[in-house]
Amino acid sequence: MSSKKGTLSRVKTREKIDGWLFVMPFVISTLVFFAGPLVVAFILSFKEYSFLDQNTIWQAKWVGFDNYINAFKDPIFKRALLNTTLYSLGVVPIQLVIALILALIVDSDIKGKTFFRVAYYIPTVTSTVAVSVMFMFIFKTDGLLNKFLKLFGIPPYNWFGDVRLALPSIMGMAIWSSVGLYMIIFLAGLQDIPHSLYEAAWIDGANKWQQFWYVTLPLLRPTFFFNLVVSLIGTFQVFDQAYVVSGGNGGPLNSTMTVVLYLYRTGFRDFKMGYACAIAFILFAIIFILTLIQKKLFGEETQYQ
Amino acid sequence: MGKRILKVLFYLLVIGYAIISIGPFLWSVITSLKPTSEINNLAIDFSKLSFKNYVFLWKKFPFARWMFNSIWVALVVTFGNLLFNSMAGYALARIEFPGKKALFLAILAFMMVPGQVVMVPTFILLTKLGWVNTYKGLTIPFLTSLFGIFLMRQFFLSIPKSLEESAMIDGLSRFGIFFRIVLPLARPALTTQFILMFTGNWNSFLWPSLLATSDKMYTLPVGLNSFYGQYFQFWDQVLAGVMILSIPSIIIFLIFQKNFIKGIATTGMKE
Repeated sequence: MSSKKGTLSRVKTREKIDGWLFVMPFVISTLVFFAGPLVVAFILSFKEYSFLDQNTIWQAKWVGFDNYINAFKDPIFKRALLNTTLYSLGVVPIQLVIALILALIVDSDIKGKTFFRVAYYIPTVTSTVAVSVMFMFIFKTDGLLNKFLKLFGIPPYNWFGDVRLALPSIMGMAIWSSVGLYMIIFLAGLQDIPHSLYEAAWIDGANKWQQFWYVTLPLLRPTFFFNLVVSLIGTFQVFDQAYVVSGGNGGPLNSTMTVVLYLYRTGFRDFKMGYACAIAFILFAIIFILTLIQKKLFGEETQYQ
Repeated sequence: MGKRILKVLFYLLVIGYAIISIGPFLWSVITSLKPTSEINNLAIDFSKLSFKNYVFLWKKFPFARWMFNSIWVALVVTFGNLLFNSMAGYALARIEFPGKKALFLAILAFMMVPGQVVMVPTFILLTKLGWVNTYKGLTIPFLTSLFGIFLMRQFFLSIPKSLEESAMIDGLSRFGIFFRIVLPLARPALTTQFILMFTGNWNSFLWPSLLATSDKMYTLPVGLNSFYGQYFQFWDQVLAGVMILSIPSIIIFLIFQKNFIKGIATTGMKE
């Protein structure tokens, strides 16, 4: 009896050790490259520090909330915040609606289903740099798009070079390139809805439209919430497209300056690293608040256990 | 009759979006095969198409080197993630150890922090370590992923325990169970991770553009951006570069696409 107890406790100790061995690579890597830097970034956001300084981070001058206050006085940062918000407000809803429609299409019994799934998803696996360059070719003043629009009598535009059109052009590009991801996730959600529910609705005399409205949509709520959160977070972090299209300077006239692009420039071109960290934490706060608001609005369907 | 018209309209929509979706690629491929003098020509003169832009980029510019860097970095990072994320995900799903709950809560909390927040200190750290502009710097900080661990945990929670229990009775250790029984069962989830990690890393631009400072260490996206910056008038060559960057990830996706869609459903990614 006692020996059995001993074995059991040995097994339990073994389990505890094994558990930590299994998570060890992740724990070390996260401490060194994420949690540690996160703390340092937070401290730096209250300091004036440049990479080129002779002194260390710890010796750098403490400036309190100055970096945060300056950010909201900085016209370029405010512009970046506005651009990013507009970008997000434009991209998220259009993206999700198109993604849902495409998911419904490739979930229905059309011919060549696999082909269309793949075709709609391909832009998503393509590098944003490649996509940006490709679109600049198609959107250039004497490019394919303007030639196509000319058929309808629309005059040519300099899409990425025009202060009013540059951001919307990037938005169109972003929608085009990431719709596939949300489509696939919607598709997985659609396939999870039990067939019997549709049969029951059909027996009750619900037509296709009513089935969609009363069965599909309510049951897709968790999927929709997931997509909404991922899409919002993703759009607030937009960088690649804005960087490539504007050659890294957010032009013309800061019309494509985004928060992350500005963070990159202040941190690594102007070497105002304390200021850059403050911008990073403002971005974090925005994303955090948005996520909380959505959780409130969409309820607690998202359960992890 | 009305139903037929509806069907035609439906297929027009389906095919129309497919054209919007892959049209830009087709147009870019064709242009990349043209000589520079033809790039603004809408008509395609098939006798003038050739692969000479690709040969030119390969021989006169470091595209081969960038390709090698991209492949090496993406493979190391992807396999590191597959191994470490599934180990951590497995422990969080199955093993009882002290601090497990706190660790999981930390993962959920950290997942909300955008990666750019740690950009400045991580860059300073990598500079101090002398890892900027090295393969170490491009790979080691990215070997695990919070989101990847989360997905693996959800997957392991969804598969039955019985096989593992009988293996444990047979005296297999945790590591034996993990490598011999659990990982083979996890193939759909691992395929999904493989595609997400490989294409994500292959396409990654922000970090490599910070960490690769000389053109010898560029990955393809960084290289293409710099090439575009200098040779933007030569669209035929630039677009050949676009294709060199995009085709490998498209091929990887085409190979695994069947399992990928299944994998997303089983990992419970949508929740």
